[in-house]
Amino acid sequence: MAAPITAKGNLAAVPRPAAARRKAGGKWGIFIRGAILPALILALWQLFSATGFISKQLFSSPLLILNQYVELTRSGELPHHLRVSIVRAGLGFVLGASCGLILGMLVGMYRRFEETVNPTVQMLRTVPLLAITPLFIMWFGFGELSKVLLIALGAFFPLYVNTFLGVRTVDAKLFDVARALEFTRLRQMVRLVLPAALPNILLGIRLSLSLAWMCLVVAELLGADTGIGYMINDARSFMQTDIVFVGITIFALVGKLSDSIVKVLEARLLRWQDSYKG
Amino acid sequence: MTAGPVLAINCVSKTFHGEQGATHVLDTLDLTVHDGDFTTIIGPSGCGKSTLLKIIAGLDQDFQGEVLLKGKAVTKPSQEKGFIFQEHRLFPWLNVENNIAADLSLRDPDVRRRVDDLIRLVKLGGFEKAYPRQLSGGMSQRVAIARALLRKPEVLLLDEPFGALDAFTRGHMQEALLDIWQTNRTSMVLVTHDIDEAVFLSTRVVVMDARPGRIKAIVPIDLPYPRKRTGRSFTELRTLVLEKLEHHDEQEAYSI
Ligand SMILES: Nc1ncnc2c1ncn2[C@@H]1O[C@H](COP(=O)(O)OP(=O)(O)O)[C@@H](O)[C@H]1O
Ligand SMILES: [Mg+2]
Repeated sequence: MAAPITAKGNLAAVPRPAAARRKAGGKWGIFIRGAILPALILALWQLFSATGFISKQLFSSPLLILNQYVELTRSGELPHHLRVSIVRAGLGFVLGASCGLILGMLVGMYRRFEETVNPTVQMLRTVPLLAITPLFIMWFGFGELSKVLLIALGAFFPLYVNTFLGVRTVDAKLFDVARALEFTRLRQMVRLVLPAALPNILLGIRLSLSLAWMCLVVAELLGADTGIGYMINDARSFMQTDIVFVGITIFALVGKLSDSIVKVLEARLLRWQDSYKG
Repeated sequence: MTAGPVLAINCVSKTFHGEQGATHVLDTLDLTVHDGDFTTIIGPSGCGKSTLLKIIAGLDQDFQGEVLLKGKAVTKPSQEKGFIFQEHRLFPWLNVENNIAADLSLRDPDVRRRVDDLIRLVKLGGFEKAYPRQLSGGMSQRVAIARALLRKPEVLLLDEPFGALDAFTRGHMQEALLDIWQTNRTSMVLVTHDIDEAVFLSTRVVVMDARPGRIKAIVPIDLPYPRKRTGRSFTELRTLVLEKLEHHDEQEAYSI
């Protein structure tokens, strides 16, 4: 679980020049070019599976998976598991991310606090989450608590690191302005530090979300009696490959969806930025 | 323009203790600013103009002597002393009207009305919702001035506010500042290294000496507003200020 969790992602987020994008045939052109490969793979997959070239039992097929989607939705199984998973991931994320945000702000703003807290956090950060999981199960059992805490732990670090970094990038000259205008401590936090650190914080939120989602899978695969992860595990033991695929694609879809929501939020909140042309 | 001094700087000295030893920047400096005055401070680069202004603003509290604002000692920054930096220092994430309001809420009808008045005063109508990145240097500086004026300061301290602007914009900004001063009657203390600007704007020019910084001469500018830069008396005063400034250089050249 070595997800990138520093602001290096910033570089990856630099949008391509608008001119280059337009020249290549607009939005649809890009979409179509991006869709060619997946469509080809799906078609081949379907073809091989239908002709018996690969085992249906092991590899399923796009149509079988689609069929399973309909079945599971009609029976209410899929919505049920999905709801449970989303609640778990949501709770864990909110818990971990809010701790990360608050602690990151404090560590960023007060050097004393940084010196006291940061070394410990950085040390804990290097421990692989998978290695902690058995401990969590021993301490908190197989119930909801251990799952939510594991997810929270995963969501904590990216937001902590990026918030900390964001606060440190605040223009020191603006602090002089805040002093001259007699901002209260709270106002300074809300009107100066938070908005200035927002680009980093939003990046942190995106990384936290994806890590929360990843931890959810781990937690549910290790032991659960509901949730998408459980659905996958259960289907595996009965060799129901279609359902396994349904679970995997659902994870991917919801992960992508939550990321897109934050991206939309980014576009609205960072309108003031020079570099943001999204 | 008749009331007592709005600002009294009494025997202010300042020494920086850096790595290469102590730098004596200001030496027992006295200066009085009367209500409604437009004082310009001019002097060679590094003579301590910015340092003096920061001390007046309360942004620098480590000095000897005293600074009195309306008779009360300055110990910390406050809204009674508006400060305009060389760069506009607007909050990039706030639009023009929110930058002016800063920590105040535009939902407060009183704040709303005064912000609208100020936007008119600094001639930024139509740009209320623009973000700083969409503004020119001159416009940004006018927003910064409006932000300071909203706090109804006793004195506005400007540290080379137009130094980064092109000559054309600078001329406009000088006229705009005069306009604001004549409308609001806020006392102004402006630091500049542009003699022309000093003579054009102020009621008196304070000429500073370097190493250590102290006041060398005060030149009253008794010209009626609006002033013509090409007029004979303007040119004469300009020459006078220049002489006072250069006087120092000769002396120093001989003394070394
Ligand atoms: N923080 C500081 N530490 C040490 N020396 C400083 C500091 N700030 C300014 N100085 C020194 O004080 C002198 C006056 O600086 P300043 O007030 O900025 O000059 P001016 O604004 O007139 O150009 C300069 O010689 C500068 O090197
Ligand atoms: Mg200076």
